[in-house]
Amino acid sequence: MRKDHKGTSGAAIRLDNVRFTYPGGPPMIFDLSVGPGTIVAIMGPSGSGKSTMLNLIAGFEPPSSGRILIADADVTALPPAKRPVSMVFQENNLFAHLTTAANVGLGRSPSLKLSEEDRQDITQAIARTGLAGKEMRLPHELSGGERQRVALARVLVRERPVLLLDEAFASLGPALRDEMLDLLAELHAERGMTVLMATHDPADADRVAEIIAFIDEGRVAAVGLAKDFLSGYGPDAFARYVGERHANRDPALARKRT
Amino acid sequence: MSQMISGRIAGGIFALAATALLVLGALGGLLMEAAGNWNGATAAFDAYLLRVAQFTLWQALLSTLLSVVPAIFVARALARHPSFPGRAFILRLFALPLALPAVVVALGVLALYGRAGYFAGLLTLTFGERWQGIYGLSGILVAHVFFNLPLATRLFLGALESVPSGQWRLAAQLGMNARASFRFIEWPVLRSAIPGVAGLVFMLCATSFAIVLMLGGGPRATTLEVAIYQALRFDFDPARAVSLTLVQVLLTAAIVVFLGRLGASMTGDASLPLAPNRRIWRNGGETLANIVLVLLALAFVAGPMLAIVAGGLQADLVRLAGERSVRAAALTSLILSASAALLCVILSFALVAGRRALELRRGNMPAGPAERFMDSGVAMVLVVPPVVIGAGWFILLQNAGDVFTFAPLMVVTVNAVMAMPFAVRAIRPAYDAASARHEKLCLSLGVTGWNRLRLVDWPSLRRPGATALAFAMALSFGDLGVIALFGSENVQTLPYLLLSRMSSYRTADAAGLALMLAILCLVLMMAAERLGRARA
Repeated sequence: MRKDHKGTSGAAIRLDNVRFTYPGGPPMIFDLSVGPGTIVAIMGPSGSGKSTMLNLIAGFEPPSSGRILIADADVTALPPAKRPVSMVFQENNLFAHLTTAANVGLGRSPSLKLSEEDRQDITQAIARTGLAGKEMRLPHELSGGERQRVALARVLVRERPVLLLDEAFASLGPALRDEMLDLLAELHAERGMTVLMATHDPADADRVAEIIAFIDEGRVAAVGLAKDFLSGYGPDAFARYVGERHANRDPALARKRT
Repeated sequence: MSQMISGRIAGGIFALAATALLVLGALGGLLMEAAGNWNGATAAFDAYLLRVAQFTLWQALLSTLLSVVPAIFVARALARHPSFPGRAFILRLFALPLALPAVVVALGVLALYGRAGYFAGLLTLTFGERWQGIYGLSGILVAHVFFNLPLATRLFLGALESVPSGQWRLAAQLGMNARASFRFIEWPVLRSAIPGVAGLVFMLCATSFAIVLMLGGGPRATTLEVAIYQALRFDFDPARAVSLTLVQVLLTAAIVVFLGRLGASMTGDASLPLAPNRRIWRNGGETLANIVLVLLALAFVAGPMLAIVAGGLQADLVRLAGERSVRAAALTSLILSASAALLCVILSFALVAGRRALELRRGNMPAGPAERFMDSGVAMVLVVPPVVIGAGWFILLQNAGDVFTFAPLMVVTVNAVMAMPFAVRAIRPAYDAASARHEKLCLSLGVTGWNRLRLVDWPSLRRPGATALAFAMALSFGDLGVIALFGSENVQTLPYLLLSRMSSYRTADAAGLALMLAILCLVLMMAAERLGRARA
């Protein structure tokens, strides 16, 4: 499976009427189409379904109906490991008792059986994410930002055409967060994978995303160019969600729309 | 202010002193006896004592291995299947053995694997010769595993369920198979839980009395505690009892120190969060293996319980319930265990309140010795098993007249103190939380003494207090420790009566009594759990 995607650029993602309901929760229905190699910011209020949508794409939750297509192949019935997807969470991305190198190495082999070539790739990925010399550190010996770098290094060695970030940088400070987003942009420029990143902060979207998908009450409420959404051309619900400060950079333009 | 705090401190110190008197009095009695009869005491350090001490450790070690190693895999199997019909039932069933009195369990094991047990025919066929029943080491091991396999399973499962759900997802995404996820996720968590769990199980097995008394046979399968009992009740050899007891105390103290190093919890908390929210990806082969493993564990645990029920129902329960000796024993058991529970809760409350008052008084100063004793000293009670305390006082009271007239007093006090670590654990969090919330308010409004107890403490402590009461009563109700030493024709509890029916080969009667005991203890334990759970 891995070799199929080796060196590939991004894959298109399509959610076709994907339905999901948490026990006792309201039904959610996702429809979304993302072109290969795009960076999409998934935005929306807490509980709107951002994480749920990413979990459905990654295969952590099974949809009750609908289809999930990645690179035009139906992956709806595939277990997480068989999907061409890597995911980075806000925390718990690393195994606490394994070194940086082992944590990254798990991206190549889930039983850590590594060839010489694998080891070289791992060393390279660690260096690429700015962690050279920290191969033998344990997670608790790393800072929060460094831990997320390890997770990104693992993404690199996994070589999957889709990367999902579930508020991956949300717990970092502003400067560190910008640093990580820039690293993400660089990696994207090199690899060209399709990136979906759930975030609360319009500044994140502004920094790296081309497209914003606005999720509201379990639905993809709107999809559009990030620069339009963030300069007040987005739908009213999005403007209300991000608030005056971000949405109305140019008040004159914003007023014209309504 | 200082007045209301010093009142509580005085209460705490009194409770501490009473507990210390009971425990240290017993040890003092032993030492006095040893000093008075030095030759006898030293002569008792012979090959017999060495053999008994060796067997005590050996059976505890084997019991621990046989409980803990399978428990690791059963817990893992349950953790890999977070939701299937019957899972909650299995976990509840696995909580039951701890609530059952050891006498009852010993009987259940005999009813199943004994010479005339339900499996005797099958076992005779399997081995091709007449099944002799499992007395001795094998019987002790089966009973200990019955108690501790479910306990260890629940403790390990609790550890496994503390793994963040993100890690399981990560494992699924990285494509880890059962082996890889055991190596990278489950084993690290289990490995850090093993010392504590194994230590607790070892301690429980090294100090188990009723199981060994009923299932151990002859000098080849006797532990220190049972040897103490035999020395006092049958051989009237206080010198031997003294040396045995001293060895037992040193041994358990050593284990406790060792356990403290490992960070084990002596009271074995096994409360589980139900309905864990996560999915795990497995293949068919692993699922099958897990099912087989869980079913085997289930059969092993459910077997003796079913045997207790079946054996009990075969007994003539109506006749039994009408017998005067049974009624008298039941009444005695109820009165003694209720008194023990009440005493236990009062002492525990005094300790908890005293500790908190000392903490308030010192402000930011480091804790003094009195506070530290009230804090962790209670757990020290576990170093000295009830039989040892009983033995110490038995020897001491010999000089004060008829030992057996002290039976009610000894049963109540020793059982009360024995349950204190558990009662303190139930009461203290609620008391400390209530105190943190209300202390200043009470001071400013001048609510003190009886008014404070009635208006402020009682509402917040009613439930945890009732939990502690029910738990202490269940523990005391099923206990066959002190009463084995002090029991007589005049003072019999239900477990004591059960034992005497067993030794006079009235097995059906014993089975009926066991069922009654089991039901009463389970009702009390369920009440304790329900009261504890409903706490906001």
